[in-house]
Amino acid sequence: MILVLALLSHRFLTLENSLNILRQVSVNLCISIGMTLVILSGGIDLSVGAVLALSAAIASGFLKNGVELPMFGARVQLTVIGAITAGVAVGAALGSVNGLAITRFKLPPFVATLGMLSIARGLTMLWTGGFPITQLGPNFGILGSGSLIGVPVPVLIMFGLTGVFVLVTKRTRFGRHLYAVGGSERAALFTGLRVNRIKISVYMLSGALSGIAGMIVTSRLDSAQPNAGLGYELDSIAAVVIGGTSLSGGRGSVGGTVLGCLIIGVLNNGLFLLNVSPFWQQVVKGLVILIAVAIDKLNERDRGFI
Amino acid sequence: MIEERKIVLEARDITKSFPGVRALDGVNLSLRSGQLTALLGENGAGKSTLMNILGGALAPDAGILLLDDQEVHFRSPRDAADCGIAIISQELSLVPFLSVAENIFLGREPRNRTGLIDQVRLRTATYEILSRFDLPIHPSTPVGSLGPGQQQVVEIARALSTLPRVLILDEPTSSLSHLEVEVLFNVIGDLKRQGVALVYITHKLEEVARIANCITVMRDGRVVGTAAHGDLQQDEIVSLMAGRKTLETFFKAPSQNGPEVLRAENLCMRRLGSGRTMVLDRVNLRLNRGEVLGLFGLVGAGRTQLLEILFGLHPRTATGEVFIEGIRMNFALPADAIAHGIALAPEDRKREGLFLEMSVLANASSASLDRSVLLGIIDGSRERERLSPYLTRFCVKTSSLSELIRNLSGGNQQKVILAKWIATEPKVLLLDEPTRGIDINAKREIYKFINELAAAGLGIIVVSSELPEVMAVSDRIAVLSEGRKTAEFLRGAADAETILRSALPTHK
Repeated sequence: MILVLALLSHRFLTLENSLNILRQVSVNLCISIGMTLVILSGGIDLSVGAVLALSAAIASGFLKNGVELPMFGARVQLTVIGAITAGVAVGAALGSVNGLAITRFKLPPFVATLGMLSIARGLTMLWTGGFPITQLGPNFGILGSGSLIGVPVPVLIMFGLTGVFVLVTKRTRFGRHLYAVGGSERAALFTGLRVNRIKISVYMLSGALSGIAGMIVTSRLDSAQPNAGLGYELDSIAAVVIGGTSLSGGRGSVGGTVLGCLIIGVLNNGLFLLNVSPFWQQVVKGLVILIAVAIDKLNERDRGFI
Repeated sequence: MIEERKIVLEARDITKSFPGVRALDGVNLSLRSGQLTALLGENGAGKSTLMNILGGALAPDAGILLLDDQEVHFRSPRDAADCGIAIISQELSLVPFLSVAENIFLGREPRNRTGLIDQVRLRTATYEILSRFDLPIHPSTPVGSLGPGQQQVVEIARALSTLPRVLILDEPTSSLSHLEVEVLFNVIGDLKRQGVALVYITHKLEEVARIANCITVMRDGRVVGTAAHGDLQQDEIVSLMAGRKTLETFFKAPSQNGPEVLRAENLCMRRLGSGRTMVLDRVNLRLNRGEVLGLFGLVGAGRTQLLEILFGLHPRTATGEVFIEGIRMNFALPADAIAHGIALAPEDRKREGLFLEMSVLANASSASLDRSVLLGIIDGSRERERLSPYLTRFCVKTSSLSELIRNLSGGNQQKVILAKWIATEPKVLLLDEPTRGIDINAKREIYKFINELAAAGLGIIVVSSELPEVMAVSDRIAVLSEGRKTAEFLRGAADAETILRSALPTHK
C-alpha cells in the first residue's frame, strides 16, 4: 500500500510528510493502546473520546485561570506539569468508575462505558459552558507543537508509550494476566487471578491514556474543545481490530495496534495528498477494517481453532 | 414373563466409539408396544449415547435400527421425530419468555388461513394436553415463571403433543414433587394402554418397581442383563450395575495418615430456584495429610459443588465452616484458597482449567507466576527453570515448552494442570474427575502420581464417577447422594455394590 501511494504522489515519501503522519497518528495511538489493553482483557471501552474531552477540559480549567473552590475559600491554579498530571488523573479516575461499574455492579462493558460516554460528554459541556477553553500559554503548547531534536514531542510520547506497553503486555505479570482474563475469565478465576482487580486496573489505564491523548490534542490546538474526541472511540477500535487483536479477548498485541494506527494514518494521508474526498476516506477505512478482520478469521480456521 | 407384544423399535448390535473410548459395544434393545423398559446403569454406561442414537442425534458406527421391522437411518433428530420418536431429556429445552402453549407447539403452531398463528386453536390444543396431567398449569403463563417440576411437566407435554409411538424419558422425575410424580405415572399408564413404547432411564429403583415391564441394565457400553420386571431383584440389579471389575495391577501404597489438614463442617448450599432445594445438605468432611479421599456419587450429587466451596468459589451461596490445619477459613475467592494451600483441578478442563490460547509453559506457571516475577516483570528463564522439573516429573509429552496447550492430548493437558498446581506447593489437592476423557495409559500415570503425591504428604480428594477408579486410588471413600453424605468406607471395607447402593437416590 505504501508502495502504491509513494508512486502516486511525489509528496508522499518525504520526511516532512512522514512526521506529519506520525504526528496525526499519535493521538489515536495513545487511545488505541488503552483500547488494546481493554479488548485483550475481554472488554471494550466506548467512553475514550468523551473521557479525553472531559479530562482536557478540567485540566485546562485549572491551568488557565485556576478554579474557585468555595468550600476551601481558595483559588487553585496549577502549573503546566500540574495540569497535565491532573488531566491524566481525571482520565484514570473516570476509567476506574468504568471498572467499578463493570466489576461490582456486573454491568456489561459495552453498557457501562456507553453510559460513561454520555455522562462525560455532559459534564464536559457543563464544565466548559459549551465554549472552548483557549489561550493556555506557550509552556503548555510545547507538548503538542514542540519538538526535541527535530522529532515532534507527540511522536516521542508515542514511541515511549509503545515501548512501555509492548513490554507490559509481553513481559510483565500484569500483561500475562490480561491475556488470561481475556482468554478465559473462568479459567483465570480458577487459577487464582484477582479478576476484578485486573479489570479495574485496565479500565483505569485506558482512562489515563485517554487523558494523555487529551493533553496532546488540547496543547496542539491551544484549546480545550467541548466536542473534542468525538468519534475517537471508533477509530481506535478500528486500529485495534486491523492490528489483529480479537474482539473476544485473549489474542492480539500492542504492536499490531501500532500497525493498525499506521495503516489508517497512511491511508488517510495518502488519500488526502491525492485530493480524494474525505468521505471516500471513510469508505476506504471501513473496507480496510472488513478485509483485515476477514483475513484474520481465515487464518483462524487454518489453525484449526477449537 | 414378557408379554409378547409387537416390537416397535429395535436396536441391533449398535456400536459407537468416540476418540479414546468405546461408548457402545454391540448393544441390543427391543422396545415393545405398550411396555415400559427401564434402562439402568452407572454414569458412563452408555445410556445417553444409546438414547441419542435412537433419537437421531448420533449415527451408530455399526449396527442397525429397525422401526416396525424396517431398517431406518436417522440423519437428524428431526427424522426421528417425524417417525414418532420423542425424547424428554434431563436438560430442559424450553424458552423461558414464551408461554406454556407457545413452548409446547414451538415450530408446529396451528395457523389460520392468513398464515398467522391461530391463538384459539393453540390454546384449546394446549388445554387438552394439559388436562391429561390434571395440574394447575395455565397455557398463557410464561414458562420461566413456573417451578422446575412444572417446567418438566411442560417438557413432557410437549413431547406428548407430537403423538409419539416411542417415548424416551431421561431421569424425568428429578425435579418433580410427589404429586407430580403420581400424575406422571398416571400418564404413563395411559400411554401404555395406547400402545406407546416407553424407555425410562433412572437410578430410582422404587420407581422401576412400580412402572417397569422390562428391565435392561447396561455397564461399560454393553447390556449386561435384561429381564422382565419381577424376575430381577433389587440386589441383583445393583450387582449388575456395579460389576465385579477391579483395576488390575494397580498397586496402592498404604496411606501415610498424618495430621488433619482439612475439615469441613455443616456445608450447605441452596439451589437457586428450588426443586430439590439443597445442592448440599449438612455435609461434613475430614482429610488428613498423606491421605487420599475418594468422593463417589452420581451426577448431580453435589460433589463438584463441594470441591468448589472448599476452593472459595461460592462465598455467598454456601454456608458452613472450613478449617485448614485447624484454623477457620473464610475464602472470598479462589485466590484466597490458593494462598492457604488449596489447589483445584476442575472437571471442565477446557473452560476452567486451561488457557487454550497460551503455551504449555504459560499454563503451567499461571498459578504460581509470582515466583518467576521480579518487580512485576516476568523472568523468562527463571520461569522455564522453575516449571521444567514439574513438567518432566509428570511426564508431559510436548515438543517444546512454547507449544500451544491446545495441541496436546487430553492426557497431557491434564498432566500440565497437575504440574501447574503442584508448582504452587499446596497442602490440599482437589481433583474433579481427573481421568475423564483420557486414554488408559495416561490414566494409570495419573493414579501413580496421586499415589506419589499422597506419599509426599499432600491431602488429596478425588471426585470420580468410575467405581473401579475410586476403589483403586482411595484410602477412604465418601459417598454423596442428592446433596447428603450417605456413607463413608475405609479402603477395602466395602464392595462395589455396597458403595453404589449408597449413591442411589431414595424417595424421602
